[in-house]
Amino acid sequence: MLTLLLLFLEFFKIGLFAIGGGLATLPFLMQLAVTHPDWLTLRDITNMIAVSESTPGPIGINMATFVGNSVGSGMFGTVWGGMLGGLVATLGEVAPSIIIILIVARVLEAFQDNKYVKRAFYGLRATVIALIAYAAYQVYRVALFDGPNVKMLEVVLFAVFMFVMLKFKNVHPIVWIAFAAAFGILFKLPSLP
Amino acid sequence: MNQSKTSLVTLFATFAKIGVMTFGGGYAMLPMLQDEIVNRKHWCSEENLLDYFAVGQCTPGIIAINTATFIGYKTRGNIGGIVATLGMVFPSLVIISVVYHVLEAFQSNIYVQYALSGIQVAVAALISCSVIKLAKKSLVDAPAVLLAVAVLASLVAFGLSPIIFILVGIAFGLTVSGVKERKKHGADTSDQGGSSC
Repeated sequence: MLTLLLLFLEFFKIGLFAIGGGLATLPFLMQLAVTHPDWLTLRDITNMIAVSESTPGPIGINMATFVGNSVGSGMFGTVWGGMLGGLVATLGEVAPSIIIILIVARVLEAFQDNKYVKRAFYGLRATVIALIAYAAYQVYRVALFDGPNVKMLEVVLFAVFMFVMLKFKNVHPIVWIAFAAAFGILFKLPSLP
Repeated sequence: MNQSKTSLVTLFATFAKIGVMTFGGGYAMLPMLQDEIVNRKHWCSEENLLDYFAVGQCTPGIIAINTATFIGYKTRGNIGGIVATLGMVFPSLVIISVVYHVLEAFQSNIYVQYALSGIQVAVAALISCSVIKLAKKSLVDAPAVLLAVAVLASLVAFGLSPIIFILVGIAFGLTVSGVKERKKHGADTSDQGGSSC
């Protein structure tokens, strides 16, 4: 029980101090491997990143669930025990977000017509668009250039095909995800680094 | 928006759906949010979505969670924020808990690896399509375009922390649009609908 409380608090701390998305929690998790070697080891971290990036859901949440599973499985030795640990770690990680965002949202509502808030958002929007564009650039770079046997032609053709289709037809993103998974299997795209 | 009309079950289910479809970090969630929240459910506009994303970026925590809490709050108040967030993390909890126990089989399966490489291409294309859509709406004038291009170029060249650029963006917004407003009064930016890429 105490371990679960400690798990919650450790992830609460991570949720509170990691600014800038899921991978920003990584340094904290590495610290955790040092302070709680019975929870996870540095070797587990490689597995954790690989699994978190290759399953659906936000990476930060996936990593928290993974560590929680490791702790819970160690304590109870069952799938359900692992899940309980995962739940505790995840709730710990999202709790600060919920508290902070609910406050920030209220404050922003109160000041939404304030001219300084409006001006700040004008600059913020342009910056965030650049940050999102950069995220796309990074994913493209990995898909196109990382590893010795990337299939550049197939990848480019598929991306172009998607772009043309997206321009004319409103297809649900999940259809694209499923289609792309089939494409990956069909053309035997090399595994991710 | 249509407050009180959206049921908490719908809110939970919508974010659980987005959680299942999001491969990668918070940015990969953007195309799904646009499709579900803006185009289908009409819970907010594209500009609002970008603002929520911006706030999610510069507050502590995971961007995807921050954005989910924000949209949930806007739709159904405090309880909405909590429900949307729980919906968002629910698929992760189930999937990771299962995968954790079949780790070896999952990681060494070659077809899983092929499929993930394919999905990555789709994610990149979907995100870039979202960016184009948002840029058309939110880069309202030349200074904004310049700022976005400059930030993107510095990110590609130096890869610094997003926090630095967010601070720069806020400072830029405060000074540049302040100057603009003093030059000419009144001119308001209008927003229109439309949703093709």
